[in-house]
Order: sequence, then C-alpha cells, then structure tokens
Amino acid sequence: MKTLKTRIKYIAENFYLVLTLIFLYAPIMTMMVLSFNQSKSRTQWGGFTLDWYLEMFSRSTIMDALRNTLVIAFLSALIAAIIGTAASIAINSMKPMPKTIIMGITNIPMLNADIVTGISLMLAFIAFGISLGFKTILIAHITFNIPYVILSVMPKLKQTSRSTYEAALDLGASPLYAFFKVVFPDILPGVLSGFLLAFTMSLDDFIITHFTRGAGINTLSTLIYSEVRRGINPSMYALSTIIFLAVLILLIITNFAPHARKEEK
Amino acid sequence: MSKKLLAGPYLIWMAGFTIIPLALIVFYGLTDGDGGFTLANILAIATPEHRKALFLALGLSLLSTVICLLLAYPLALILRRRNIGRGSFVVFIFILPMWMNFLLRTLAWQTLLERSGVINGILTALHLPNQSLINTPGAIILGMVYNFLPFMVLPIYNVLCKIDDNTINAAQDLGANFFQTLTRIWFPLSLPGVISGITMVFVPALTTFVISNLLGGSKILLIGNVIEQEFTRGSNWNLGSGLSLVLMFFILISMALIAKYDKNGEGTAF
Repeated sequence: MKTLKTRIKYIAENFYLVLTLIFLYAPIMTMMVLSFNQSKSRTQWGGFTLDWYLEMFSRSTIMDALRNTLVIAFLSALIAAIIGTAASIAINSMKPMPKTIIMGITNIPMLNADIVTGISLMLAFIAFGISLGFKTILIAHITFNIPYVILSVMPKLKQTSRSTYEAALDLGASPLYAFFKVVFPDILPGVLSGFLLAFTMSLDDFIITHFTRGAGINTLSTLIYSEVRRGINPSMYALSTIIFLAVLILLIITNFAPHARKEEK
Repeated sequence: MSKKLLAGPYLIWMAGFTIIPLALIVFYGLTDGDGGFTLANILAIATPEHRKALFLALGLSLLSTVICLLLAYPLALILRRRNIGRGSFVVFIFILPMWMNFLLRTLAWQTLLERSGVINGILTALHLPNQSLINTPGAIILGMVYNFLPFMVLPIYNVLCKIDDNTINAAQDLGANFFQTLTRIWFPLSLPGVISGITMVFVPALTTFVISNLLGGSKILLIGNVIEQEFTRGSNWNLGSGLSLVLMFFILISMALIAKYDKNGEGTAF
C-alpha cells in the first residue's frame, strides 16, 4: 500500500515538474518555430523556410543592435566584475557597522524597481550634462551589475581562510602577489559566476536601457520594443534562436563535461 | 588599511549613480516646474485615473505574487527532495530562459493567447469554445507569473536546501504528519526565502509597464504605464517623479520586510 502511494506521489511530482518546464519553455519553443515560418504573421504558418536566418545578416539595424548589446553586456559585466571584486575584498575586511551600511546600499539597485532605477539614472545623466547614448547605457548597466558580482563573490570570500593569506605574507610574498596566488584562485568561481550573471542580466535588460539610451542607439531589446507595433521582422526570432541554442550548448558543455569526466574515473 | 581603499571606486560609483539619482527623483517629485516646493505631484495619485492605475497594479501584482508562491513552493520542495544534480542545475533551468530576450518571450505569449493563436487552435481542435485570452487582466497576470516565477523559486529552493534532513526526520519520528511538517518545520525555516521571493516578484510586477503593454492591450493602464508615459511622451517629469515616489513607498515596505526576516541574507536568489 505504501509503495503504491509513494509511486503515485512520484508520478504526480514528475507531472508537476514537466508542466512547469512546459510553462517555462513553451514561449521559447514558439519563437523557435516562428523563426522557420515563411509567413511574417505570428499566428499563421506559411511553410518552412531558412530565409530569415540568411536575411538577418543583411539587416544593418539588427546587426548594429546585436553588436551594441554584446559589447555593452561584455564591458559592463567586466567592469562590474573588477569594481565589484575589489569592493567585496574591502567590505569583507570591514567592521560589522560599515559592512551593514554598504551591503544595504548594494541591495538598492537589486531591490529597487527597474523603472525607478531607469528614470533616476536618466534624470542624473541630464543633470550631470552627459548626453544620452552608448556611454549612458554602459554606465547604467555597470550600476545594476555590480551588486550581482558582490553577492556572488562575498560568500566565496567568507570561505577563504585568512591564515593562508597571512602565511604567504610571512613567507615573503608581497600583498599583491599573495592575493593573486592565494586568495584569487579561491574566489575565482564566485567572480566568474558573478560575471556570467551580470552578462545575462545586461543582455536581458530592457527597462533601464529604455530610459537611458539616446535617440540614435538601439540594443536588441529596444529594437524589438520599437518594432512591436509595426510587426517584428522574423529575422529577430532567428537571431534569438541562434543565441539561445549557442548559450544552451555552451552551458551544457561547461556544466556537465567536467562532471562526467570525474564520474568516469 | 589599504584593503579598505579598494572599496573607493565602488563607493564613488554608487554615490554618483545610485544615491544622487534617487535624490534627484525625490527633488523632482517634491518640486513644480519652477523649482518651488509642492506636494501636488504626490497627491496627484489621488486623481481617479491614477488611483485606478495604482489599485489595478496593486491587485494584479498581489495576485501574481500569491500564484507564484503557490506554484513555486511545491516546486522548490520537489526539486530539493529529488536533489537533482547539484544546485547549479536548478539555477541553470530557471536562468536559461533569460537568454531569449524578455520582450520576445512575452511576445510569444501573444502568439499563444491570441484569438487565432495556438491555445485557441488547440481548443478548436478539441471542439471546445474559443476563449478571448489576450488583452485581459488575466493575460497580464500570466505574463507576470511567467516572467517572475524564477525569482520566487530560486530563493525558496536555496533556503530549503540549507535545511538539515535530520530536522525533518526528527519531526516525522515524533509523529508529525506531512501537513504538520510543512506548516511547523518547512515553512518557518524557509521564511527568509519566501519573503525574499515575494519582494522579488511583487516589486517588478507592481512597477511593470512592458507586460501590461504587450499582453493587456492599450486599454489597461497600470501605474508603471502612467509613469513611463509621463517621461517618454508627456514629459512632465515632476509628475512622473512624484508618482515614482508613491511607488518607492511600496518598495521601501518590501525592503523593510527583507531586513526584518532575512537578516543573514540567506534568501538570496543566486
């Protein structure tokens, strides 16, 4: 009786997991299917085609937006990783009181609504006399990316033991040398996951970019938003499908390959 | 001593691009076009159209938050019990959709929900009556739940994973049934994650203007839509800032909740 009950429970749980996955991935599958649709309509199937995959390379608006998106995501994640890691090291060595205050400030961009962050940055850029454009998007993205880096690095820093760093100093290493040889390898996974998270957040951001971009510049998000009413060119679906699949493959390789090798041994 | 200097660039950055900008919103919100002090921009929330937009946004976002919690909690429990791979795999499943643009994913729901869309196509094939799904408050709630569900699942999952198996076993050995274990052990211990999940869903849902734009048609205005229009079309920045201050009041409440229940920062999503 007990086994039947647990089996039913197991099946019900699987059913629930599958339903959730369908819910999460149905829109993504929809976009992938639409990227092969001959008809420009989002609801009519006009036959299979690969035309959109070829057309996207000749569309300069899409390619420009793609380049902006990737450059901004990479630069903002990189700069955020550097500033954030440095800040984490400093915060980690602080007394509880300033630590709490700074971590509170760190939480502001994470907990604040994107629309408020976007508007406030826009007002600030105009007040500082910085003209809206590539620069302002980059600054805005760095601002909301730094907290992700700090929150990824801090737990790793807490795990590192201070005595190994001090041992390195006792053995004659300079603080900088000791940091890069002793502390940095320990916190590297945190820095990398912070960087990756920041990159993802930057790539997926629309709201903050919407308020901080100037007239002449688009990222993929803002380009899509401006095309919503006219109808989106299906090349955009094709591009998104390629990006999604590339990331999927990349993540599968990095996540599971080393793991599988360990199991073989 | 030199270590603390490393925080310098960060502190300058945060002062310049977080604190000052927020102060500017307060300044704009409390002044009129000529720079004189006024409360009119904040009191403007009481006009019928703004009040309606605020209450609709509050209602829809509260409902989405509750739905997210009801969906996410069992999910997090199952994921924890299955111990699927390592923690990173679960994060992977929920972060991966973000690599397809947020706007495109929401637009895909248009395709699924439209009158001649996929879901109605399935209903027709099953000889069931068609439903008008798009441009309804329900479609907006669906969009909110879809977009923000990961932010509810991940913090709850992370907290659940930290609960010791022995605590659960002890409760069961002492005769607690499933329901008692859930309400007296699981839930209280996972409260930091639940609170953090609630705020991470509620705040973006309350302030969204994109989801209501794409799935609610042009007739349903949320407070986010009103503010966005003040800044991009109406260009009455003072009024927009004043209404943002009203929004920030709700955001501050949720920050205070986090500070109260999640002192150790246990309930973080990532």
